[in-house]
Amino acid sequence: MLLLTTMKKILSIIFFIILIPVSLYAEVKEYTLKNGLKVIVVEDHKAPLATFQIWYRVGSRNELAGKSGMSHLLEHMMFKGTPKYGSKAFSKIVQKNGGIDNAFTTKDYTMYYQSLASDRINLSIELEADRMNNLIMDPKEVIAERSVVMEERRMRYEDDPQTSLYEEVVATAFKSHPYHWPVIGWMSDLSSIERDDLYSHYRAYYSPDNAVIVVSGDIAADEIIKKIKALFENIPPVSGRKNVLSKEAEQQGEKRVALKKEAELPYIIAAYHTPSFPSEDSYALEVLGMILSGGKSSRLYKSLVYEKKLALYAYADYNGFNKDPYLFLFGATSSPGRDVKDLENALYGEIDRIKNELPLEKEVQKAKNQIEASFIMGLDSIYFQAEILGMFEMIGDWKMKEQYLEGIRKVMPDDVSRVAKKYLNEENRTIGILIPMKNSK
Amino acid sequence: MKNSKFRKILFFLLIFNFAFLILHFPLYALDVQKRVLNNGLTVLHSEKHNIPIIMVTMIVKASPLNEPQEKAGLSNLVAELLDEGTKTKKSSDISEEIEFIGASIGASAGSDYTTITLSVLKKDVQKGFELFSDIIQNPAFLQEELERKRELIKGSLKHREEEPSFLAGRAFHKEVFGEHPYGRLVEGTPETISSITREDLVEFHSRYFIPNNAILSVVGDLTGAELDLLIKRYMGDWKSTGMTEKQINPMPGEKTRKVVKIDKDVTQATIIIGHMGISRDNPDYYAVSVMNYILGGGGFSSRLMQKIRDDMGLAYDVHSFFTPNKEKGVFQAGVQTKNESANTVIEEILKQIERIRKEEVSDEEISSAKSYLTGSFPRRLDTNRKIADFLASVEFYNLGLDYAEKYPLYINSVTKADVLRVARKYLDPENFVLISVANQKKAELRY
Repeated sequence: MLLLTTMKKILSIIFFIILIPVSLYAEVKEYTLKNGLKVIVVEDHKAPLATFQIWYRVGSRNELAGKSGMSHLLEHMMFKGTPKYGSKAFSKIVQKNGGIDNAFTTKDYTMYYQSLASDRINLSIELEADRMNNLIMDPKEVIAERSVVMEERRMRYEDDPQTSLYEEVVATAFKSHPYHWPVIGWMSDLSSIERDDLYSHYRAYYSPDNAVIVVSGDIAADEIIKKIKALFENIPPVSGRKNVLSKEAEQQGEKRVALKKEAELPYIIAAYHTPSFPSEDSYALEVLGMILSGGKSSRLYKSLVYEKKLALYAYADYNGFNKDPYLFLFGATSSPGRDVKDLENALYGEIDRIKNELPLEKEVQKAKNQIEASFIMGLDSIYFQAEILGMFEMIGDWKMKEQYLEGIRKVMPDDVSRVAKKYLNEENRTIGILIPMKNSK
Repeated sequence: MKNSKFRKILFFLLIFNFAFLILHFPLYALDVQKRVLNNGLTVLHSEKHNIPIIMVTMIVKASPLNEPQEKAGLSNLVAELLDEGTKTKKSSDISEEIEFIGASIGASAGSDYTTITLSVLKKDVQKGFELFSDIIQNPAFLQEELERKRELIKGSLKHREEEPSFLAGRAFHKEVFGEHPYGRLVEGTPETISSITREDLVEFHSRYFIPNNAILSVVGDLTGAELDLLIKRYMGDWKSTGMTEKQINPMPGEKTRKVVKIDKDVTQATIIIGHMGISRDNPDYYAVSVMNYILGGGGFSSRLMQKIRDDMGLAYDVHSFFTPNKEKGVFQAGVQTKNESANTVIEEILKQIERIRKEEVSDEEISSAKSYLTGSFPRRLDTNRKIADFLASVEFYNLGLDYAEKYPLYINSVTKADVLRVARKYLDPENFVLISVANQKKAELRY
């Protein structure tokens, strides 16, 4: 508390230059168990609550062609029971204790979490330790859950024209790297995933030395680590995981893809290959994304939506939190009655502008303030505090969070124009256009 | 990242489906100061000094309930235009100033009220509060901004027709509520939006955006004295005036069965089954909360999810909820399933509705529901933003400052007989509205 009070005084003195000194963020404690399981604990006693998250370093990036969607289907199966706790018991137990639980899968990792009253957080430890090692995976349940995931895919992709276009663009931008396929998997792959495929995937990747636990909230770090040790340390690590060595070759010319689907308005996506954090250029790319798309004062909104009225919505999004290089994405929904070609050209116009003229000092500062403020606002949530550490841990180390903020603070206007010139060029671009079709029936 | 967020977003939507009928928290632990200022503004304040941030929520009692039917969308347009220019600042100045300090301002109209929010760092609270107060009190409603926003809203309505759930929800509310304001979109229709003039906006704003018609809720790193200074400086000239109540079209009387089939080239049928529900001040609210948790509000613990997702593998998401509004809201069960299974799923939902009306729920079900509902509320107040929104809405719905202390008692007093009684009273397996957005040829609905 004393620290915070001092900090507030300092804060009122320094103005825009450096918003928040490092130590505003709560102390992070780190432990590694004998079996390689890493545990990160953040104490935050503002409310009698806690969040438990377990992160496995496995996602669609670790899948093979023809078996896309395995990691995500496995995530679903993790709720289907162990000999000790039957199918779906997991969520029911958590809910009965006033908590919530869920999970999600990305290209690079799979994360499970529970949010509970802090005096019940041991429940998470027991349940997660159990399913890390003792999943049943009944073949009948696998078949039923496969249909559930197919329904999920229909809902999110098949019947959503803009997401369908996103899937097309990413698949076109990546031809050899596993980022080519969607996390949820292709429909035809889903129907071919068998119980044994999933089980070997589980055995190989759900190993303690391939996982990280992050706990935050009103807890005592020493007690938590003791309990985690007691229940997790006897789970043996397994070998046999393969490193993903795939590298996407440099793109040598624009790729274009069109999607004709029942839709109301044309939609355009432009994707450019970019390096991921912690590449030297990633900080300037992040700031570039903010300048282009950070709110109503940003360039894309002002130009495409407000002034030219070509788009209803427009965004730029640098995706830097990935294991391997991914994409800098632009997207815009055409205004009714406007030509999507004009929208595309206007988008390139904004990209050219930032390549050719340095952004204003004040614009860069605004972007930095927005990024920094979002981190401080994030401290409001114990879930977010844990999540941000987990995300950095998945791409390297949670300590990279500081490196990230430091890197952002150092970005200068010429860095922004330089990275725009380096990456946002035609040779490196994949364009997708959604062409709305009328209902043919 | 983009894709991975979807699951989470959906998840939070599911949670909120039943979260908004569960307004219950330990207010005593929040240490809330409430007072009513001379100009009639109700102020709620809770100090939280652990992080240098401040979350502000204002509720203004202005919504479609206050607008004429032929001007539907008026309250939404007023909310949307608040930050598009004031008497002293241009639209672009406002966004530039607020975003430069990494803060955000938002305004939106809902079924019962308009919400304006500010999220700001402590060190910038003067600037943030100045802009927040300015957009509430002095919006300019320039003709040029009106035209621009009008086109954006119309375009967005068109765009949203891509979403089956949007089409289904719009049709559902129309069938359930008819001419009542709850029966239309907050945005209005392209026709009614076109008929709104600048004078309508100015008139609506001056009539409803007055301190004696508003609730201000402030949570964060700010003392009472600091808040007083802010209010004095930036809201000191905000004058109360008299208000006239507007006549609202009555709700439809008798329920009848209505089926609406919307044809769309999709792989999944989006289905909504439901009818009119209860208002927030209905004393059966608590029994209804428990009953709905068991039926379809309790995620994986609910009967609908266990049966239709876990046992049958026919859907990713199936749920039910009540929206207890100022006036009667809806009860609805919703699901997406491949066109071909639409009949099976509808049949199963109706079966579950009949079942909960026929037999008492089990001891295990009622005790799990109660322990979730009572045990989960501190978690639903785990950020300053959530607390600020919560306090404002507790005040709006007149739940009282002792609400949180009473809530567990209300929930724990619900019996199996109560659950059966409210299921019979508020669920209707005969006279419901059924909406399906599907490839109708493939769905071949029997209904």
